[in-house]
Amino acid sequence: MTVNGGRLEAEVADRTLLVHFLREVAGLTATNVGCDTSSCGACTVLLDGQSVKSCTVLAAQADGHQITTLEGLASDGEMHPVQRAFHAEHGLQCGFCTPGMVMAAVSLLAEQPHPTEQQVRTGLEGNLCRCTGYHNIVRAVLTAAGHREGQAGR
Amino acid sequence: MIPAPFTYQRAGSVDEALALAAAGGDDAKFLAGGHSLLPLMKLRLAVPATLVDIGRLRELSFIRDDGDQIAVGALTSHHDVATSGLLATELPLLAHAAGVVGDPQIRHRGTIGGSLAHADPAADLPAVMLAADATLVTRSPGGSREIPAGEFFRGLFETALRPAELLTEIRFRKAAGTGWSFQKFTKRAIDWAIVGVAVQGGKVALVNMGQTPLRAIAVEWALAAGAAPAEAAVHAAEGTSPVADINADRPYREHLARVLVARGLAEAHAAG
Repeated sequence: MTVNGGRLEAEVADRTLLVHFLREVAGLTATNVGCDTSSCGACTVLLDGQSVKSCTVLAAQADGHQITTLEGLASDGEMHPVQRAFHAEHGLQCGFCTPGMVMAAVSLLAEQPHPTEQQVRTGLEGNLCRCTGYHNIVRAVLTAAGHREGQAGR
Repeated sequence: MIPAPFTYQRAGSVDEALALAAAGGDDAKFLAGGHSLLPLMKLRLAVPATLVDIGRLRELSFIRDDGDQIAVGALTSHHDVATSGLLATELPLLAHAAGVVGDPQIRHRGTIGGSLAHADPAADLPAVMLAADATLVTRSPGGSREIPAGEFFRGLFETALRPAELLTEIRFRKAAGTGWSFQKFTKRAIDWAIVGVAVQGGKVALVNMGQTPLRAIAVEWALAAGAAPAEAAVHAAEGTSPVADINADRPYREHLARVLVARGLAEAHAAG
């Protein structure tokens, strides 16, 4: 498969999950295993540009497809706009859900470039923040979408 | 958590998928998006010996205008169903219901055919098939057949599908202008429905009120006899046998069915 733009070939057991392939074979550990039951979204990556929960995809299903993890967002040492917005708006507390939140947000903004706050909240419903730090996460996504009101009060 | 060992096989065509499944016998399962099957396999509640991956059969992913009918390929993702302009006009109940399945990530991977073949009584789309009076089209090594939605769901996770029989397409009559509603009661956005209701025209179907999706026949009869929506909704729990679980006991589910059917009928009446 193609991971973050680079071709990666490996022989793995049939039952290998994509998240384990990314962490243990590709050595890309930004993608976290959270609930392991396709509820929390910590393992969210992009498969051909769309957000998916990599704990519920077999590595073999992703064979031949394009996978993007958090490590693949930055280019030339520059953070992706969504990463910059999470940084600027402090869209994290403990940080465990952050890679999945960022990837879900990238996918959401690709489908809805100018979401309302409600659409951001609905669009991130597949991602849980165990710190319940949702306000700044939503603000970060709105900031990334170019909503200046996302920075109100600063 | 990882699934128990199995043999992964990838089909390059429908014929190859049927042959692989036939060779695997009772212990073979088709794998579409995997968003019903893989979670069960990780919990070791499902332990198939062979998975036949049909995920690359792009010819099974389509939404087609077919005269007075709409044909939806079994491998069409919930996301593609939810965002289809054709379905938004001609079958808005299905488009809306597909848009509230799970969450965005699940809708990117999960497929309409996978959800129906899995036949979880708490799933949204099986009840939509009953309310929309859909026809399910299958293929097997012996040929093709059409199964009315009312005969497809046989029991808890059980359907009319035989081993090595593949759901390929779902056909619907167009329903533009027909009143519809989909009601789903959950604790959190991504949860299964504690109870759900699908309404289209005079048909009313219930999610999670028994071992299979159910038509609320007593409600439909009352409506046909001229009852007002609120009067008809009183009958919503008749003939049902909902489970009691951590989310709700039986009387609470029966109450929810009556409340949600009343809301659904009111919304469908306003939209029709």
